[in-house]
Amino acid sequence: MKSIPVSTTINGDPYEFLCAPDETLLDALRNRLGLTGAKEGCGTGDCGACSVTLNGRLVCSCLVLGAEAEGAEIATIEGMADGDELHPLQRHFIDHAALQCGICTPGILVAAKSLLEKNPDPTDEEVRYWLAGNLCRCTGYDKIIRAVQAAAAEMRGA
Amino acid sequence: MSLDEYQKREFKQVGTRVRRPDGVDKVTGRAMYGADATAPGMLTGRILRSPHAHARIRSIDTKAAEALPGVKAVLTGADLPAQEDDFIRDVQDNCMARGKALYDGHAVAAVAAVDAATAKAALKLIKVDYEILPHVTEVDVAIKPGAPVVLAGRSLENVPAGMSENVTSHCEFGHGDPAKGFAKADRIVERSFRTAATHQGYIEPHACLASVSSDGKADLWCCTQGQYFVRTLCAAIMGMEASQLRVTASEIGGGFGGKTTVFIEPVALALSRKAGRPVKIVMTRDEVFRATGPTVHTSMDIKIGMAKDGRITGAEAHLRYSGGAFPCGTVDMGAQAAFAAYDLDNVRTYGWNVLTNRPKEAAYRAPGAPQAIYAVESVIDELCQDLGLDPIDVRLKNAAKKGTKSSYGPTFPDIGLVATLEAAKKHPHYSAPLAEGQGRGISCGFWFNFGGNSCVSLNINTDGTVGVTEGNPDIGGSRASISLMAAEELGIDYDRVRTIVADTSSLGYNDVTDGSRVTFAVGLATIKAARAAVRVMCERAAKIWGIDADAVEWKDGAAVPAGPNAGKFPPMSLAEIAAVSFETGGPIAGHHEVNVDGAGVSFGVHIVDVEVDKETGATKVLRYTVFQDAGKAVHPSYVEGQMQGGAVQGIGWALNEEYIYGADGRLQNPTFLDYRVPVASDLPMIDTVILEIPNPGHPYGVRGVGETGIVPPLAALSNAVSRSAGIRLSELPMSPPRVLKALGGS
Amino acid sequence: MRYVAARTAKEAAGLLAAEPGVTRVLAGGTDVLVQLKSGLVEPELIVDIKKIPGIGDITAENGGFRIGAAVPNAALGEHAGVVALWPGVVEGANLIGSTQVQGRCTMAGNLCNGSPAGDAVPGLVAANAVARIAGPGGERDCPVADVPAGPGKTTLKTGEIVTSIFLPARPDRASDAYLRFIPRTEMDIAVASAAVSLELAADGTVKAARIVLGAVAPTVVVADEAGKLLVGTKLDDATLARMAKACEAVCKPIDDKRGTVAFRTRTAGTLARRAALIAYARAGGKK
Repeated sequence: MKSIPVSTTINGDPYEFLCAPDETLLDALRNRLGLTGAKEGCGTGDCGACSVTLNGRLVCSCLVLGAEAEGAEIATIEGMADGDELHPLQRHFIDHAALQCGICTPGILVAAKSLLEKNPDPTDEEVRYWLAGNLCRCTGYDKIIRAVQAAAAEMRGA
Repeated sequence: MSLDEYQKREFKQVGTRVRRPDGVDKVTGRAMYGADATAPGMLTGRILRSPHAHARIRSIDTKAAEALPGVKAVLTGADLPAQEDDFIRDVQDNCMARGKALYDGHAVAAVAAVDAATAKAALKLIKVDYEILPHVTEVDVAIKPGAPVVLAGRSLENVPAGMSENVTSHCEFGHGDPAKGFAKADRIVERSFRTAATHQGYIEPHACLASVSSDGKADLWCCTQGQYFVRTLCAAIMGMEASQLRVTASEIGGGFGGKTTVFIEPVALALSRKAGRPVKIVMTRDEVFRATGPTVHTSMDIKIGMAKDGRITGAEAHLRYSGGAFPCGTVDMGAQAAFAAYDLDNVRTYGWNVLTNRPKEAAYRAPGAPQAIYAVESVIDELCQDLGLDPIDVRLKNAAKKGTKSSYGPTFPDIGLVATLEAAKKHPHYSAPLAEGQGRGISCGFWFNFGGNSCVSLNINTDGTVGVTEGNPDIGGSRASISLMAAEELGIDYDRVRTIVADTSSLGYNDVTDGSRVTFAVGLATIKAARAAVRVMCERAAKIWGIDADAVEWKDGAAVPAGPNAGKFPPMSLAEIAAVSFETGGPIAGHHEVNVDGAGVSFGVHIVDVEVDKETGATKVLRYTVFQDAGKAVHPSYVEGQMQGGAVQGIGWALNEEYIYGADGRLQNPTFLDYRVPVASDLPMIDTVILEIPNPGHPYGVRGVGETGIVPPLAALSNAVSRSAGIRLSELPMSPPRVLKALGGS
Repeated sequence: MRYVAARTAKEAAGLLAAEPGVTRVLAGGTDVLVQLKSGLVEPELIVDIKKIPGIGDITAENGGFRIGAAVPNAALGEHAGVVALWPGVVEGANLIGSTQVQGRCTMAGNLCNGSPAGDAVPGLVAANAVARIAGPGGERDCPVADVPAGPGKTTLKTGEIVTSIFLPARPDRASDAYLRFIPRTEMDIAVASAAVSLELAADGTVKAARIVLGAVAPTVVVADEAGKLLVGTKLDDATLARMAKACEAVCKPIDDKRGTVAFRTRTAGTLARRAALIAYARAGGKK
């Protein structure tokens, strides 16, 4: 298999990499670019641990080919904090004990950020349905929902 | 049991909701999990797995794979040593089959290659000649004489004659005479139950990176609940000395008991030794489901007699558990836990473990207890309905308390069941009105909690900060809890303490993070290590002051003279003593190594409201409240997190999670698509009420909290569904087709 | 394996037709990448069609809408015009997978995947939607109902790709609805499903009804008899009960890990009844 050169933008920075034609964006991020914040929990789009945004849309990076990243804008968990300053979602996840093992946390944070950009004042039910594709086996989701709502409130200036 | 440890005190930091030390790394993607490590020259390892449920391996031809450019090592069971010890041999044979493939997904060969594509191609070139054997995947079939035998010669002597050779062990617990008890009953209910195997469902697949060098030293990085136990198992399998194998636990992406053993670690080590290069193996989700620990699946008969007033007069349970293709002791724990919540005169439980062609069982949160207690609590609920009694009143009437001789032998010290039931009874949830068609279920739950081997080393840094080194991987926030206990004992701020999880070369042996033992046992070792450091600091202050060490005591983070006769000196803080430690005798530390006894049992009560859609059999969970005795909640948010997480795993178990095997003996649903763990939209908030009935065996009264929470949901849901649907359900999961069938709708 | 991002439909069709080995068309990729991961297929060629001009557009046409084959279902759900005209089609499309999957998956992909349980398909068939197909021999239109040929199979010929799906105009007092049954609230494949499209007469009785069932046969099933039973009624309970029975009568499901024959059959009728009531209310019907 001949490798494909890909030029893309990740968290605002230009990246170039080579990938195999059947290589997923997740594998390219993790194994070629050292961006291991996105996790592979299933590889089939069922757990959401690999969530990133691709041209502004929330996707599972395990269901995207690396080659499809050509010319795209990608955002990953590594770009969420502003330098030393955590995003309100990140801060509230820590403060509300919304993570235990933390393996699903990057994906959930990326997904939650995408939700709040679209809907700054979601109901609990809207948060739950938006995050239904992000499995968390530790928390039972309760504290995750509360943390997202607390961050949303802060971001709305409420 | 050491029951004199607890001393009532006012806590300054324990019980506060501090930030966890691993929080920032985990919310920024920086935390390093099993699959996140790399090493120079690293190879990719992959494993070939049996597509057959049961097959003799006539031969394995690896020549073509070995010849493929980029392949650096190929491994089969023949490369691993013969093991004398049954336990080690089972673990090893589970990691790599020898002679027979015992279940769909059983590892039969492995390769290490320069990249994943080459490794994958190499697996296809390995030719395994299988002789397919008859298989058996269901416990009720496997127990019968004449069933295909999974492993011969593994029955213990206590197995009664006339059963299949698949029955490997038998156990019996209890006291009194159930028959006499039944004779006194006004109502007897006898029912059979079945529960499907479930998987721990951690989101992080098993992953490891092994590096064996030609001088015999080895390093292993892996996601595990117990790096020391990994070392024990891998050293035995590899024929290595413990000192030569350093195991480092990565951050762990969930375990719930499933990462208490090894699957790929010995394989990666053996491949690395063969290839002379580091080897990384990361399981796919399919491999996780097919080849790592599900729970036992069970078949159970329960008989309970009750007097009109709700008193249980006699109780009996017959438990048939299957832990897959290897002997498994989980049924013993189920048989001990079944009636642990009750003070009974006549009680007996019998258990059998049965081999089936399924993956080797691994622990899952309170292993063995949820199933047996589900069956018992279901029958109690039915008796309550039959006799028109309140389910909490009946449980209070029979509740075990201090002095109760438990159904499994020990007499209970202070326990929290009555307080927990009373809290549930007076909670607004219990009296909230239900709409037409809704049902409310309750159940008690129990777990023993473990203590075990624990080592803690605590170093006082010269700047007045403290480093705690412990050896148990942190899943639910234990580094925070341990730092809190160290800070409490030393009298310094939590922020000045940093707790790390050591590799196996840095600290003595620590038992696995299991049995809800870490906050209790490692916490106890931490407190004792801190006290040891305090003794040294008092000695240093005494030396500076020129008084007797006995005349110095530790108060609010500082050494002070113990009373007016000791002399008049201003308090010397930890930081002040530490700053001059090089002049007063050298660095200051405390350490403690112990096999901790005195774990305090833990009880929980769950209340759930559901609504069953009678046209589809679907259950909606409307409201859920967890009541649990934590002993002392060191970090209440993380205690709540354990209660909520356990409850939701139990909800999944009750409603939808199950291993489904086809007639061909293959697992039908090895994906998160069809192995249905609860998703966020399935659930309401999980309300929690923490009870604090101090454990007499811990200085701060801590019990474990990790496991009890998964026990009550099974029966609580079943009782709620049964009451909502107006029929009694006796099989888990209560998936919609099963419920609709029971309703006569299909 | 080769990956090619085609610049035109013609190029895509040519590449696919010329490849003797296994090929896959990549739109949203939410099925193709799962197949790659499982090793179920190892294609020689993957043709990405997302860079074909216009294939990601939704355009108004003759009172209806043409949905490009690469329009992710999330974008479909954000299109007020389509949602207003064919709410049942959109709700079916929007039920597929998670938010993440919605960001990628397409109706055309759902159709071409050939699964009898595809959530977008019953609604499209109930809507009498038409697929536009480009192939080596040019372009053709084909009713969506005629595309599936059985599990994993379609009637598309070698080199053919669906480039868009046309949702036709519809009169006033008409609407549709889709319901599926899954064990959880999200993230599952339909165990049974039903799409109902209704047109009402001025007096509020049903003038025309089209009922399509999913996951109860090798392809989606048009329940003609069941639909006819609704005509002239205001969906009284007795009619709905007869309709549900008629739905059950055309089910030929299988037993598998997701559901039993009996469960699927019974549930298909239940869902059709419930979906009919939703479609009726959406069409302005009052009982």
